[in-house]
Amino acid sequence: MDVKDINTPGYEIPEEIEGQVAITTLDKIYNWGRSASVWPLMFALACCGIEYICAQASRFDLSRFGMEVTRPSPRQSDLMLVSGTVTKKMMPTIVRLYNQMPEPKYVIAMGSCASGGGPFKEGYNVVSGIDRYIPVDVYIPGCPPTPQALINGLIKLQEKISKQSIKTVRWYQKGEDQASIPVPILGPDLIDPRKIPLIKNHEA
Amino acid sequence: MTTPAPVETLDLSTLLPGFVTTDTRPGYSGWVVDKNHLVEFASKLRDEFGYDLLTSVTGVDYLPDDKMEVVYHAFKTTGGPVLNYKVQVPRQDPIEVPSLVSVYPGVELQEREIWDLFGIIFTGHPDLRRILMWEGFEGHPLRKDWKEAYFEEESKPFKSRWPDGKIVQAENNNKFSDNIAYPAGFDPEKWIPEGEDALYGSLAKYEYTSQDGIKNDHIVVNLGPQHPSTHGVFRVSAVLDGEIIANLKPVMGYLHRNHEKIGERNTFLQNMPYTDRLDYLSSLSNNFGYALTVEKLMNIEVPERAEYIRVIMAELTRITNHCMALGALFNDLGTFFTPLIYLLEERELILDIFEAVTGSRMMCNYFRFGGVARDFPEGILEKIKGLVFERLPKKIDEIDRFMSDNEIIRSRGIGQGILTAEDAIRFSATGPLLRASGVPYDVRRADPYSIYDRFDFDIVVRQNGDIYDRYMVRLEEMRQSVRIIQQAIKGLPVGEFQTGKPQYQVRVPAGESYGRVESPKGELAFYVISTGKPSPWRYHVRAPSFINLTPYGHMCVGQKIADIVAILGSIDIVLGEVDR
Ligand code: SF4
Repeated sequence: MDVKDINTPGYEIPEEIEGQVAITTLDKIYNWGRSASVWPLMFALACCGIEYICAQASRFDLSRFGMEVTRPSPRQSDLMLVSGTVTKKMMPTIVRLYNQMPEPKYVIAMGSCASGGGPFKEGYNVVSGIDRYIPVDVYIPGCPPTPQALINGLIKLQEKISKQSIKTVRWYQKGEDQASIPVPILGPDLIDPRKIPLIKNHEA
Repeated sequence: MTTPAPVETLDLSTLLPGFVTTDTRPGYSGWVVDKNHLVEFASKLRDEFGYDLLTSVTGVDYLPDDKMEVVYHAFKTTGGPVLNYKVQVPRQDPIEVPSLVSVYPGVELQEREIWDLFGIIFTGHPDLRRILMWEGFEGHPLRKDWKEAYFEEESKPFKSRWPDGKIVQAENNNKFSDNIAYPAGFDPEKWIPEGEDALYGSLAKYEYTSQDGIKNDHIVVNLGPQHPSTHGVFRVSAVLDGEIIANLKPVMGYLHRNHEKIGERNTFLQNMPYTDRLDYLSSLSNNFGYALTVEKLMNIEVPERAEYIRVIMAELTRITNHCMALGALFNDLGTFFTPLIYLLEERELILDIFEAVTGSRMMCNYFRFGGVARDFPEGILEKIKGLVFERLPKKIDEIDRFMSDNEIIRSRGIGQGILTAEDAIRFSATGPLLRASGVPYDVRRADPYSIYDRFDFDIVVRQNGDIYDRYMVRLEEMRQSVRIIQQAIKGLPVGEFQTGKPQYQVRVPAGESYGRVESPKGELAFYVISTGKPSPWRYHVRAPSFINLTPYGHMCVGQKIADIVAILGSIDIVLGEVDR
């Protein structure tokens, strides 16, 4: 981001200290720092993950946008890039990983599988999109999305981050941790603990 | 160049008189064996007739005949065509078939898969657990009377998705508006998950005593399914004695996308794009295998030009796959990312060719029954020529120069993760894994398909069967692929690229077909059964990465824990294909 964009308009900065002093809001500087250093979780589920690797490699060079430091541990990452088909067997692990990520955290659904089940939607072991369980910030269409599409999606996430405000964000609110999600159970089929009352009263 | 081995006419019915009969159903071949004599029959085939490589075992549910069938496909490592035999059992639970693990240990994981998906119990199997689904899952999904939660109709196109139909989302027909279904009277609050007891129980069975008489505690270490070195969502469960691996089991199913069930609902052609997503690093090889299999059933010829285009594309795919495989192996060995990025550069150049020819970088969906989807676009030959005559040979040499004498590769690769030739065959290993163990077995030569008998290339073999040799085999195979492409470009004729008109709905006569190709990872085969309807009755993928994992535990035992990822990297798996 340019210095001009950080400065809040309407405040005169004397010419001799221009470029050394900025007058801005806390939100702006905070979001600027965060959006330029998003650390994704090193996490690839399926075919889409290969395009993610390509986006990281020299040709597309994701690091131009400040998001190249992938972390193998969820405790150190800000972004979960769900790149591939979400299966029921994998679902408890994904939710656990999500719960282990510290706030602020974001989720991108990369590809049609993560967004809604994709070509495998009708499969008996496939979850119809990751958003059934965890909140998604950006969806990237494609099967697989090209590296360009992926980078576009990541830039969209940066835009989203830069519009947030400390006053309203989830992780500074009082009360219990809103982002924690009950871990699904592997039963005769996948069980979402939030749906237990519904399942209990169903008639087969 | 070699000529294919002459087809032997075996009469096996005299082998065990009365218990072996020919399969007389129209369109079928092979033998039907009495289940009580299966083990005896298989051992005789192996010991007396030389069918030492049992590549594929799978099940078929013949619901209308009230029968279940287990189909075996055996080969000789000296080359030659397939020999298939079947065991038929009535469809009343418990369905039991004797296990062949004692004769061919390579069937271990495959028999588990059949138990999981068909509910056939293999008596005598040492570790019969579910493999793709979890313990506690309801039913055996590949049975014909088992319906998935989003079930609409037996075969596509579903009315709801047909242009005139009203679009209905599958969720709207489900009670929970989701892809789930529970048995009648199921109470989630009383459910106790089965957890991992079965897995850990199977690991604990293996005990060994310490030499000094001190009581040692073994610990179980789980790696994955979320781990940067497992090449996807693969999981390994290992028992450790200090730093030494005492026992190890691969755990899979985290990317089980139900290819085979969906494949039975799809029309024949609709399966083509799905094959792309099996081994998503080499989609064109998968196309090749599936196209060959269905062409065998349809009995159609492929025009010359299309054959050449197919070979060029398939060999380019082999190079891209080996780029990725070697890059990932280097990563696992500790040369973090630099070699991978060098290799990805070459891969990108080939992906550009794929994109120009097929329209997509990764999911090419390019082969059709009787040809390919479209001809080479203008100017692409020059690009391919530039690559295979100029750039690639130099780049492969460069990797060779940088890596083959590299201290890390040598010290972590030589003598590690050894698989002997005998074991490799016993465990049904194929592809570079088998050839690095000293067995010169390559489907392109052993049972030539397409036009591979016209090209001059070497089968790469190395003798030691360790990680380093697997690396060397792949490196040398890239050179051989370049050689094949060079010859194919010189021989590329003008002409048609497709037999007849392109068809959306093909007619496939009833029968069975087993078609196989040498994919970059090993023998990739499809077993397709048609009943003359628009969709296949059974669509089975013999996935090389899956079956090459059978000897994984055997290779790891006695090694250090750090070698787990190195050995895995040298097998070269792709999870899309392992779990399917
Ligand atoms: S969206 Fe397509 S490419 Fe991505 S994981 Fe799903 S099938 Fe694979």
